[in-house]
Amino acid sequence: MSQRIVEAEQAKKRRTAKNKLTAHRGMATWGEKLVPLGDFRRVVQEHGQTLSAEHRRGAVRDFLHPTGDPTPVEGPYSRVAVFGGVYNNSHGLSALIEDATRRGAEAIYCLGDLGGFGPNPEKVWPLLEEGGVRSIQGNYEESLATGREDCNCGYADPRDNYFAEISYRYTAQHCSDAFKRWMGTLPRRRRLRVGDRELLLVHGSPRRINEFLFQSATPVPFLEVLLDQEGCDGLLCTHTGLHWHRRLPSGRDVVNVGVIGRPANDGRTEVWYSILSEAGDDIEVELVPLAYDHEALAREMRAEELPREFVETILTGWWTTCLEILPANERAASRF
Amino acid sequence: MLLENLALTAEQQVASPTVDLHSLDTLWFQVAGTVCNLACSHCFISCSPTNHTHEHMPLSQVEEALAEAVELGVKEYYFTGGEPFLNREMEAILEATLRVGPATVLTNGLLLDPERCRRLAAMAKASDYSLDLRISLDGYSAEANDPIRGEGTFARILEGARNAAAAGLNPVMTVTEVHQENASAEGRLRFLDLLRERGIERPRLKVLPVFQIGAEAERSGAYETWQQLGESDAPEGSWDHLQCSSCRMVTDQGVWVCPILVNEPGGRMGERLADTLGGFELDHQACWTCHVHGVSCRT
Repeated sequence: MSQRIVEAEQAKKRRTAKNKLTAHRGMATWGEKLVPLGDFRRVVQEHGQTLSAEHRRGAVRDFLHPTGDPTPVEGPYSRVAVFGGVYNNSHGLSALIEDATRRGAEAIYCLGDLGGFGPNPEKVWPLLEEGGVRSIQGNYEESLATGREDCNCGYADPRDNYFAEISYRYTAQHCSDAFKRWMGTLPRRRRLRVGDRELLLVHGSPRRINEFLFQSATPVPFLEVLLDQEGCDGLLCTHTGLHWHRRLPSGRDVVNVGVIGRPANDGRTEVWYSILSEAGDDIEVELVPLAYDHEALAREMRAEELPREFVETILTGWWTTCLEILPANERAASRF
Repeated sequence: MLLENLALTAEQQVASPTVDLHSLDTLWFQVAGTVCNLACSHCFISCSPTNHTHEHMPLSQVEEALAEAVELGVKEYYFTGGEPFLNREMEAILEATLRVGPATVLTNGLLLDPERCRRLAAMAKASDYSLDLRISLDGYSAEANDPIRGEGTFARILEGARNAAAAGLNPVMTVTEVHQENASAEGRLRFLDLLRERGIERPRLKVLPVFQIGAEAERSGAYETWQQLGESDAPEGSWDHLQCSSCRMVTDQGVWVCPILVNEPGGRMGERLADTLGGFELDHQACWTCHVHGVSCRT
């Protein structure tokens, strides 16, 4: 009986709501009230401010003020190799150091995310030291060094976070405290000169360590403003796992340098890094596919009982996880 | 004594904190105003076929805002309403937008016929930037969805989604927590299964909380007085987790702080984007939902 009363009440409430909803003619919604449209429009115009043209120009100028980054500038070099996302892939890292050295890189830079995804994180440390690799912190280093409970990758979907948690837990458990402390000593950004060009090196973006700069979701006007604010001739970042290069109309370059920890969701088993070379008063950007012993990596991952989804990615070149964060174009190019 | 304490608490709640705009990353357009071909019972701005609180925006008005947005370095554009595809210039608006950045359209899916989906897909292909469609659905069955969104909408929404997917525009299905189980792990799986069954091979899903304003306040009740933000609520002293620290909303009536408060005159910040680069006082109860749920309307 009482259930029926409740249902009847609910039905009545729905009918009332529906009547109100369709009673807009000549009326505006102001919160939960209906008010005459003219009244709403008048009140609305009294809220907020309308600046003069001159004050608008001033407001925009102030808003877009330069950051005044005090990071010292390294170099100059005529050729450097830059990569990100080792993801515990010591096989990839060995191959990278060899390849970059063979191609004449005078310095090798890593943009962070040493851990995650792959096996045996501790193997990476001596390779970085012996190879003279200069690193900055990614979100992984920041999280491990500060004892965060998650990787702070910045995913929004539970499907992405499910696998991100497995990766992070494994890495956190298999990393020594000394390695974690060392990660915490790495700088957040670096600046370096290649030829005449001053390049800013960050993990995600200059604003946030875990900001995703995907090619199809990082527009030119946004980048021009960002590079103006940072006062640099080029920006190098990683974090997304997908490499790209864009020459801006201003002649400056933005490069997502790629990652050497897992393939780039393109059906190839190679991983990607970047070589930047002086070319007269210009700079040349090369995105380099890097073959490495991916079968050895897959064997090691299996031995460590990492998810078979991860192993599949290493062997096929297609991502099986972290897919939900992708914008439409990058997702459309995926297999899964 | 007890009463005095309560009075003090109420007084403290009056001082609302201010959120600064650290960068203008996300620009929203109320491109179809509050005019919709549906009248969902949980709509926080009570959109309906007869709600002209905000009107359709003409292409020229969108282009003016885009010019300002380019100068301000906007990263992404979102279009909502009402139903955006009711706006006759919507496709031209998307074309103009996709020249300067990625675009997402929040749609109810009813106007996504195969022809339109093909045109949108061609437009997306011609751009360097992503075009994403977000289609709203409020239950795994007509019985759950239709009382909220309207008779017969369940089937029509899924048809629109299928048309989009068939054209290569894999939509993000957006589900609100109007039914509590929608947000649970099991609920999500049920949605994903449903979409796969309906021929969407790689289903994408976003779950949003409901805002207890507009029609939703009539349906489920308004906010309680204690649901109001104070200075001490800021995690580590910062409000950067709120979308209003990096977004603005343009309607035919001016520029608002965010997509939620467009029917609150106090949410209006100015005439043009350059007028609205200052901070905003978090004095609306809907701000509480964004904070507590950690919600962002962006995908």
